[in-house]
Amino acid sequence: MLHIKCPWCGWRDESEFGYGGEAHIERPKDPDSVSDAEWADYLFFGSNRRGDFRERWVHSAGCRRWFNAVRDTTTYEFKAFYRMGEEPPGGEQ
Amino acid sequence: MRKYSIFSLARNALSHHENWWQAWRSPEPKKRYDAVIIGGGGHGLSTAYYLAKEHGMTNIAVIEKGWLGGGNTGRNTTIIRSNYLWTASAGIYEKGLKLWEGITQEVNFNMMLSQRGVLNLGHNLQDMRTIERRVNANRLNGVDGVVLNAQQVKEMVPIINTSETNTRFPVLGSSYQPRGGIARHDALAWGMARACDDLGIDVIQQCEVTGIRREDGQVTGVDTTKGFIETNKVGAVTAGNSGVIADMAGIRLPVQSRPLQALVSEPIKPVIDTVVMSGAVHVYISQSDKGELVIGAGVDKYNGYGQKGSISVIEEQLAALVELYPIVSRLRLLRHWAGCVDVCPDASPLLTKTPVDGLYFNCGWGTGGWKATLGSGWCFAHTIANDEPHPLNEAFSMKRFETGAVIDEHGAAGVAH
Repeated sequence: MLHIKCPWCGWRDESEFGYGGEAHIERPKDPDSVSDAEWADYLFFGSNRRGDFRERWVHSAGCRRWFNAVRDTTTYEFKAFYRMGEEPPGGEQ
Repeated sequence: MRKYSIFSLARNALSHHENWWQAWRSPEPKKRYDAVIIGGGGHGLSTAYYLAKEHGMTNIAVIEKGWLGGGNTGRNTTIIRSNYLWTASAGIYEKGLKLWEGITQEVNFNMMLSQRGVLNLGHNLQDMRTIERRVNANRLNGVDGVVLNAQQVKEMVPIINTSETNTRFPVLGSSYQPRGGIARHDALAWGMARACDDLGIDVIQQCEVTGIRREDGQVTGVDTTKGFIETNKVGAVTAGNSGVIADMAGIRLPVQSRPLQALVSEPIKPVIDTVVMSGAVHVYISQSDKGELVIGAGVDKYNGYGQKGSISVIEEQLAALVELYPIVSRLRLLRHWAGCVDVCPDASPLLTKTPVDGLYFNCGWGTGGWKATLGSGWCFAHTIANDEPHPLNEAFSMKRFETGAVIDEHGAAGVAH
């Protein structure tokens, strides 16, 4: 079981958390102006990165707040936890 | 190809089975192929097999970074069925099931297909309505199926707990596909590799693709750990690692790679002679010929390529298992493992052309690719050979996420795909 550090509550077991997939995917500002392909890309397509992956978690059985994490998807080791709105550590991927 | 038969068995018994001939070669890659299939799993090998058999393309290579049967082909729970809801799915999964029914004879390798039937349980009224709808849809599409009530389930699976008073999720009935069942997974890898080799296809193990070369939007070859291979057609059939191959070609896919775990118990005497799946309580079970209970459930919730998952998922499925089958509560587990599956948003696969000419993807089978291996290979071979999808896989293109014509099989796939 993964051990996850909620930025508000500290280290807890994975079973207290929900998973939100890839982080930093921005909703198109004006949905009416984008093409079907761009909308599909926003909605369904992702990086599915092998290696360091930025992802969202929600502490659903705790404080119920969302936050971001960087995790290596080959070893499952967490590299960083940071709050929503904060810059991801390590800069651009 | 030298045939396996009762006579070859007897002949080799005389020399203590020490002189069996090699089943396939281990060739070095040639400079150029007409097509290169990346991934030597069940889907990749059957793609190559049908490319040669149905479309006359024999100058092809299957490139495998590990060893045959080392990926999801050797890690699944071997369940075969075709009772999916939508017409597009019924077409491709039923094609797969029909090919399964003939493949042992066709390639002279015992796949040990055992059509012992598959039950999908319903635990509440809405489950039962959905089951009736799905069985009706199946029958309209020529897929066999019946609806069973709780008593009929109990007769077929005596160890199941159908009590309505002491269970959180009582068994109200199930769908039943008599032609469903299980098959031997390593036999598919070895049998198809042998059949491919016999048709002149180079099956190259321990060879990882490191790059996909393109010129003016057309594939020109693949870089591998055994050097550059020239080709104008590349079929990527790499399951969990599809995103990695897509990255090399500069395209994005609508798939997420997740760990999927499975386990087997210690061997016991025969207690269950069919396959029982429950999407609602998240567990499915069958019994192997060795007597082990083969147990599986859904994917872990997070992305992961590590071929390992979290123990909490195992705990949940075992809790469900003990509630459904109280006699297993003291069984010990023998082995536990995980694979890496690529899941599409609509729980249906991709067999598709891509924005790069000559590059084709067969992926996104998620948790349920095993049953479809042969149908998938058959359709994908057609797509590669003709640069056009076959009517059976036309609906499984990437375009469906733009048009909105997704094939939502979460109901039929459920947790137990």
